Amino acid sequence: MANVLPADVLPADATPVLAVEGLRKSFGTNEVLKGIDLKVGAGERIAILGSSGSGKSTFLRCINFMETPSAGRIALDGTPIGTEGRNGALTAKSGELRRLRTRVGMIFQQFNLFPHMSVLENVMEGPVTVKGLPKAEARAKAQDYLKRVGLAEKADQYPQRLSGGQQQRVAIARALAMEPEILLFDEPTSSLDPELVGEVLDVILGLSREGRTMLLVTHELGFAYHFATRVLFLHEGRIHEQGTPDEVLKNPREERTQAFLHRFSAFHF
Amino acid sequence: MQYVWDFRPVWLNFGVLLEGLVNTLKLSGFSIGLGLVIGLVLAMGRLAPTRFLSIPATAIIEFYRNTPPLVHFFWYFYGLPILTGISLTPFAAAAAALSVQSGAFFAEVFRGGIVSVERGQWEAGRAIGMGHAQLMRRVILPQAFRRMIPPLMERSFELVKTTSLAATLTYGELVYKAMVLATQTYRPMEIYSTVAVMFFTVLFLASLGMRAVEHRLARRAAR
Ligand SMILES: Nc1ncnc2c1ncn2[C@@H]1O[C@H](COP(=O)(O)OP(=O)(O)OP(=O)(O)O)[C@@H](O)[C@H]1O
Ligand SMILES: [Mg+2]
Repeated sequence: MANVLPADVLPADATPVLAVEGLRKSFGTNEVLKGIDLKVGAGERIAILGSSGSGKSTFLRCINFMETPSAGRIALDGTPIGTEGRNGALTAKSGELRRLRTRVGMIFQQFNLFPHMSVLENVMEGPVTVKGLPKAEARAKAQDYLKRVGLAEKADQYPQRLSGGQQQRVAIARALAMEPEILLFDEPTSSLDPELVGEVLDVILGLSREGRTMLLVTHELGFAYHFATRVLFLHEGRIHEQGTPDEVLKNPREERTQAFLHRFSAFHF
Repeated sequence: MQYVWDFRPVWLNFGVLLEGLVNTLKLSGFSIGLGLVIGLVLAMGRLAPTRFLSIPATAIIEFYRNTPPLVHFFWYFYGLPILTGISLTPFAAAAAALSVQSGAFFAEVFRGGIVSVERGQWEAGRAIGMGHAQLMRRVILPQAFRRMIPPLMERSFELVKTTSLAATLTYGELVYKAMVLATQTYRPMEIYSTVAVMFFTVLFLASLGMRAVEHRLARRAAR
């Protein structure tokens, strides 16, 4: 399964695609992330688990600066993002933010498609408006990515007409159209009816076969097992345990991880 | 006492009233147009990420929303020449007062529409790398616009009625013409009743037209 080495055992000179060091994030006096270190190698697929409020979303959102980190360092391909202000917080200028977000795509729990645009226009929007691609080129590309998520025939529909699963696949195509190096998924199937979860997970598994670098927050333990090259368990803003899916999901060392997994698998039969 | 209605003076001078109506519509149209532009600028200012823009915009909006329009009419007509030496025609003074004042109200309508767009839409736009201006133009305003149409209409009708204050600056809009006719013909009852019917007809027809537009937009949105 693990055709890619975890970054911790990468040769010392290999630059990680994403390096997070000492990442902290506070909202007011509430410190949500309390120092996170993570190196992600090219092609790694990281599943992030943890109970509600443990900081999973905040962690993902700090990586593409949807939240600005209160302290620490984030580097893409060895290049640090943003500059450290006097209070230690990172700030990034608009041009840098734009480049960062074209390199790191994000998929949300609520899909967040643009309702006033057709499916095709949703996928073309980033390449045209942000990257300045000519319309014809962007259209061809968008059609390709829609085909990739199995929705070529829905190109001219409006999002409201699609099922939740289809909407989420369009959202994935929209992120892919930016041709990012890293994809972040924040509970991509949590707001879907159970019978629609499978089609979205299939698309994500398809992407993992292409060797894409992905970080995914999920509560679907079975999926995490098949998807991930590495599993992180987040607890109270820290990485409490990490390892291969077999290590973390089948033989967790930490008591809290065991308790968490026990709660989530209580009804398996 | 039995009042004897006599509409003959009204019919004889109907051309004057029509001319007044045309001037009312001219002043309204001009002020709505300019007011929308001012409103959009003020709303963008108020929502801008930097305080250098949001504080002045907020101050202007709140000032104009919380002071009576007649004061602005007088201020532009009598005050401006004293302070700056620039004297405005009655039309220009009325249009300036009306546009800025309605701009302040329009700004709040724009802002309301903009903040009513779901948080997720902002996030999705930012996540594909859009800057603030791109996000507004491509994602937020097109969605907010549909929700703004009914309150913008409401405000515009309000403005059409407020143009009657321009009579105090001797601008020849409908109410001013009516005042002049009333003193000439001694038939104020008939003349002001006719003026009321004229306002009613214009605004009622406009609101019917608007409802049709809203209907079409709602159908398009449901596609
Ligand atoms: N914008 C914000 N402002 C203030 N507090 C926030 C904000 N975003 C998150 N928090 C707080 O940070 C903590 C962690 O939130 P986060 O959304 O990262 O958790 P999570 O692990 O993703 O939880 P869930 O499984 O429920 O999605 C919570 O206590 C939350 O209230
Ligand atoms: Mg979350």
